[in-house]
Amino acid sequence: MIWWKCSILFQSVSIDRWFNAGLRLGATVAALIMALILLFLLLESWPALQHIPLMRFVTDDAWHPLEDRYNLLPMVTGTLYASSGSLLLVIPLGIASALFMAFYASPRMSMLYRRLIELLAGIPSVVFGFWGLTTVVPLINQWQPPGASLLTAILILTLMILPTLVLTSYAALIAVPDEYLRSAAALGLSRWGMIYGVVLPAARQGIVAGILLAAGRAVGETMAVLMVAGNVVQHADSLFAPIRTLTANIALEMAYAMGDHRAVLFVSGLLLLLLVMILTTMAGWFGKEHHGE
Amino acid sequence: MAAQEAEHRMRSKPDITTDAHEGVNPVQSGCAQGSTYTLSPLQAGPYCCIPEPVIQVKALSLFYGGKCALDTVTLDIYRGCITALIGPSGCGKTSFLSALNRLTDLIPACRIDGAVHIEGENIFEDTCNVQQLRKRIGMVFQKPTPFPLSIQRNIALPLREHGITRRTDVDVITEQVLRDVGLWDEVCDRLDTPALSLSGGQQQRLCIARALALDPQILLMDEPCSALDPIASGVVEDLINRLSGRYTIVIVTHNLAQARRIANYAAFFWVKERERTGHLVEFGHCQQIFETPAHPLTAAYVSGVKG
Repeated sequence: MIWWKCSILFQSVSIDRWFNAGLRLGATVAALIMALILLFLLLESWPALQHIPLMRFVTDDAWHPLEDRYNLLPMVTGTLYASSGSLLLVIPLGIASALFMAFYASPRMSMLYRRLIELLAGIPSVVFGFWGLTTVVPLINQWQPPGASLLTAILILTLMILPTLVLTSYAALIAVPDEYLRSAAALGLSRWGMIYGVVLPAARQGIVAGILLAAGRAVGETMAVLMVAGNVVQHADSLFAPIRTLTANIALEMAYAMGDHRAVLFVSGLLLLLLVMILTTMAGWFGKEHHGE
Repeated sequence: MAAQEAEHRMRSKPDITTDAHEGVNPVQSGCAQGSTYTLSPLQAGPYCCIPEPVIQVKALSLFYGGKCALDTVTLDIYRGCITALIGPSGCGKTSFLSALNRLTDLIPACRIDGAVHIEGENIFEDTCNVQQLRKRIGMVFQKPTPFPLSIQRNIALPLREHGITRRTDVDVITEQVLRDVGLWDEVCDRLDTPALSLSGGQQQRLCIARALALDPQILLMDEPCSALDPIASGVVEDLINRLSGRYTIVIVTHNLAQARRIANYAAFFWVKERERTGHLVEFGHCQQIFETPAHPLTAAYVSGVKG
């Protein structure tokens, strides 16, 4: 049987009506703000969309906005490389950390570890950037100059999105009912067998939601990446090449952009929104329960 | 090794129809009656007529933190028989059951004194392989707990853990145990669907099938029928009846009528008022416990005066 939460009949008590109205108001305001932001982005980017053909954003020979050359593609790949690179690192790292906290560490150790991760989540991104700039960049510079590069961006991003994934995965893991664990133990499953066979499938949706949140943050992160990525507009040909991300581009050029240039920056904002939408859709698709795989 | 096991199962496949009416056994299961439903004559043997202890519990005490939950229980559980544990809530029946497959290990601050010998081996020795022990002892809980996987994967998962990975072996065992619990005809065309989409009674039978897949000697059942409706409960009860003989079954039940119907032996537990400590009052043939109880507490409990 499927329960629709909204179809439960309530007695029309006045407090209920007020509550109902309040909730509706809250939901409407939230949705309205999102819609307004979208509208604003569309409005601001309209001049560019109107007389610059869409194809030019990918076929122009370079990004020279002052000379009417608007190729956004290098920055799109920069964003994608940086965020997918950091996701690649953070998914095993984050899930392993969450498993450690939930199933392997002693209660005290687990508590301590969680406090540490929470602290990591609270560090402002500019501090991460600052640290990256003064510590990681010189280190990589010694190895593979110039140091400010895709790799540095990936490393800093990994540190920044790690807490998001660890904390959400941990919450999903400890929400797995004790009965599953007991049944699994009673069947003689080893700890790893239990985790792999029962706990991870049961916690899958929560973990996927955590990955999505982390991915969203990686795509959207601006300040720290701007400080360590080098900001050269180019397709990265190696891990050590400097890159510029869409977000960094907006932050760097917003101050002096005028006319079409300004509108194109808003187009890149729209593009970011699109990226995040694709991510959300993908997460919804993966998060669906595939029991029969 | 795995192949041999699967082959052995094939040969000893029971030729029983899973007709619910046929399985109904309103009177206490006798020797002759039960054997109709066992796998093969060899395995069935003359059970419960010659009591041969398979589990010997010696002065078992169980503590949670500093508090004693179960006080010096000594009893033998006989091969091929159904032993019912009865008594009021909180008298340590479930704790006793969990001690038999060392599931109490999972509870922090749970301490155990005394010994439990299964086939002569003390399971609380450090040398005891807990995984192997739990493979030999299946357990079914009060609430049906299929894993959030497909029906097929629910059974394949423990098999894989214990080294049976060949697809054909897994399929053979899956079909056989599902037939054993009378679920095959109901689910054979949808083995890939989520196990959680089954009804409560079907889920419980799937859990029993999952336990049977590991080919245990002993089945521990913790009120397997109490979360089910009367019809599903009846089906599961018939199933337990059919399984006796093949397996040594220890069942906790609050349903005295059920205990009386299915059990060969009964153990009556009681909880001391002041200390809230459970202890064993009386153990004996089911008939004796219900009809000529030796202890006044037992008499009061089974006649419904107390408890």
